[in-house]
Amino acid sequence: MLVNETFAAYSNIFVYGSMAAYTVAMFAFAISLASTRGRDLVPAAPAVAEAATGGVALATRVVTTLGGPDDGARPPGRRAGNIGMSVTWLATILLGIALALRGLSVGRVPWGNMYEFSLTSAFAISLAFVVLSLKRDLRWLGIFVVIPVLLTLGLAVTVLYTEAAQLVPALKSYWLVIHVSAAVVCGGAFCVGAAVTCLFLVADAGERRAVAGKPYFLDGLARRLPASNALDAMAYRIHAFMFPLWTFAIVAGAIWAENAWGRYWGWDPKETWAFITWVAYAAYLHARATAGWKGRKASVIALIAFGCFVFNYFGVNMLITGLHSYSGV
Amino acid sequence: MGKRFWGFAMSGIDAGNGADLAAEEPTTDASTDASTDASTEASAEPSTPALSTQPVQTDPVGLGLLGWLRWVWRTLTSMRTALVLLFLLALASIPGSIFPQRGSAPVKVTQYITDKPVLGRFMDKIGMFDVFASPWFAAIYILLFVSLAGCVLPRTMQHWRILRSRPPVAPRNLSRLDEYRVLNVDANSQAVLDDAAGILRRQRWRVDTSQFDGATGWVAAEKGYARETGNLVFHLALLGLLTAVGLGALLGFRGTVIVREGSSFADTRAQFDSFAPGRWFNDSSLPPFAFTLTDFVADYQRGGQQNGAAREFSAKVKLTSEPGSAPEARTIEVNDPLVVDGVKTFLVGHGYAPTITVRDTKGQVIFRDSVVFLPQDGNYTSTGVAKVPDTVPQLGLQGFFLPTAAVDAVLGPHSTFPAPDDPAVFISAWVGDLGLDSGRAQSVYKLDTSAMQRLGIEALRPGESWTLPGGHGTVTLDGYVEWASFTVARDPGKGFALASAIAAIAGLALSLLVRRRRVWVRVSLAGNGDTVVEVAGMTRSEHATVSDDVEELTTALVASARISSSTPAGA
Repeated sequence: MLVNETFAAYSNIFVYGSMAAYTVAMFAFAISLASTRGRDLVPAAPAVAEAATGGVALATRVVTTLGGPDDGARPPGRRAGNIGMSVTWLATILLGIALALRGLSVGRVPWGNMYEFSLTSAFAISLAFVVLSLKRDLRWLGIFVVIPVLLTLGLAVTVLYTEAAQLVPALKSYWLVIHVSAAVVCGGAFCVGAAVTCLFLVADAGERRAVAGKPYFLDGLARRLPASNALDAMAYRIHAFMFPLWTFAIVAGAIWAENAWGRYWGWDPKETWAFITWVAYAAYLHARATAGWKGRKASVIALIAFGCFVFNYFGVNMLITGLHSYSGV
Repeated sequence: MGKRFWGFAMSGIDAGNGADLAAEEPTTDASTDASTDASTEASAEPSTPALSTQPVQTDPVGLGLLGWLRWVWRTLTSMRTALVLLFLLALASIPGSIFPQRGSAPVKVTQYITDKPVLGRFMDKIGMFDVFASPWFAAIYILLFVSLAGCVLPRTMQHWRILRSRPPVAPRNLSRLDEYRVLNVDANSQAVLDDAAGILRRQRWRVDTSQFDGATGWVAAEKGYARETGNLVFHLALLGLLTAVGLGALLGFRGTVIVREGSSFADTRAQFDSFAPGRWFNDSSLPPFAFTLTDFVADYQRGGQQNGAAREFSAKVKLTSEPGSAPEARTIEVNDPLVVDGVKTFLVGHGYAPTITVRDTKGQVIFRDSVVFLPQDGNYTSTGVAKVPDTVPQLGLQGFFLPTAAVDAVLGPHSTFPAPDDPAVFISAWVGDLGLDSGRAQSVYKLDTSAMQRLGIEALRPGESWTLPGGHGTVTLDGYVEWASFTVARDPGKGFALASAIAAIAGLALSLLVRRRRVWVRVSLAGNGDTVVEVAGMTRSEHATVSDDVEELTTALVASARISSSTPAGA
């Protein structure tokens, strides 16, 4: 089958268009964050109102929201955050169109080389963010998601760019669709999870220093973030939701490997690092249940695990020769 | 004692249930609930530090053998140890991805040891080239699985008991729970209790009820047992997976073979170029099939950035599935193996085999064969060797096969495209002793030139001949055939492995996504004769909420026909 050059060219235009939109979103989110008033890092006394009626106590609990302390934002900040969200939606759609055109130009899923994987990963990160933002206000998170998306796209168009072409025989399998889509979705969500985990560490450190009355160099950022326990809960939910999918991605890869190479597990570098990533995320989930490891230490493990994931994606393909070396990087 | 021990030891295995045992939880852990119903009333108090996940590190000194063993077992099955072992497992895997491994790249290992003899031999000794088969790697995962089994098996029995027991009775002070609603209703107390039980049963809660005794009555309900079930299934499935991997390695086999176009392969051990049977493998389990490679088809991208990238590989074979049966045409492709009696034959590589004829000075053919040349780069610049022992002095040929030939000053003879657009060989001829009689094993791809003299080098296109200097005969390139390499493998454990993997994913999804939660409804009489209805809930899962359940139950109770009017207490 031939390559439709027109579609491929339009795909590139849409990629650049989405990058322009992400850049606009990045500035909008930056302005939004900067003009947020921020919160007091020293926690207020727990607001438990006790009303005794006939000997029955009515307890009202403080519900932590993920809304972020944006409610007090001055109008320009609020507007900038909204613009950031809208432009991120637009950029995500543009990138989705770019991927669709790329796929149409070669009549297959656009997952044949590192350039296409990177576009898809950026799309997955962005999609994970906008989908999560449907249920909660995530304007505070915007800039920390848009920056990795832009970095991924930048790397894709400069270092990894590969012309649209047919697949190598090794990738011609319906398992490509199953295995790669699961892995890429995990990558996108793990990236958002890592961003939230970093912000948890900032907020947590800010709160600790504030209680201790010590200065903190990221105080300005910490005050503009939601409470650390809310961030921790959000990071945990993302990781807990993605861990079974990551397991599935590895198992799907193993089934494909069995069908292509005659063994379902052969400690190929890619397999080894997928395993290391899996073990690291498993360690994170276990650490959360271990006294003395909750909170900061567990979060650091989650970041190490994400580091393993990123290394598996870039490092293994570029530095180590193995069965997962693709054409055009 | 033992019970409490398992309570904390096993909490380690389950990340999701970590909060069950966290200090801020208002009830004690499941084992207490299950075993001591009478004490549950008091369990609304914050749990004691003994329920933390931290193992009790009692000093083993002076405890005697039994005490020591118990201490070792406790430490091994503790969460902390499991965490450390997980870290070690990840760390220990890293060298396996950095250094060449015998299992996948034996040639590179030999090369590494040749290049750096001292370091290489030391690394070989400590298993750096066989990481995943090394004793220290095995030690880590065996300890991890012992730790896992030590946690999961007792916990399974405990969960089994809980599955058959009733939900715990209501704590005395419901208002201290995560979620709490209270209503004053103008309705019969027993009717409210019946309604609550009915609503909860319809929503598939496990429900326990008490009668209204004139002063108070309650309904207790619990949901989300699948969380712990899933958690246990996941960890048991990992044990199953390890068993499957072990069984496959013991009973299966794996062999590789290179077959030239026009040649045949029969599935017997002697025909493999390399053969790795499991320890319990029996030759009689090799199905007696055979095939002839009739044609190998390859297609490559022409032009563009990915010029030369492979687009299609397919091996056309004539298969004889058992001796005497009629041959049938089959195609083996990448991702599409040939399956005969559970043995799969995979297409894993290909290359060229130039057909070389050597004649002596009288024109007598002393050698004619299609010699397998091994590809060295993506454009199939291939190297190979032909040995002609039946002449005096012996003759050796070594050289390049270039499917699309080019020569330049830097690269020397090389190929510029993987397809045979302009095939040629560059051959150098040697005379002397091939060293075949020395008794030392020789590679068919290497020429030992230590006792040989070089005659010269010549480029040949198909059909061309080269008269060797010094009256040593002629070398002719008749043409070439393509060869394909196949991996033939059977892994009897893979079905079990797949089943384990599916169970693991299902278990994982349940254990991370299902919320274990409890709700209670208590009715009592208010001073004015109204019925006070308290609805409360708590969750046993980390970062989960029970507020939607409590809200839904409260709304349903209010909507229930038997409650004629209601006012939130204290409002």
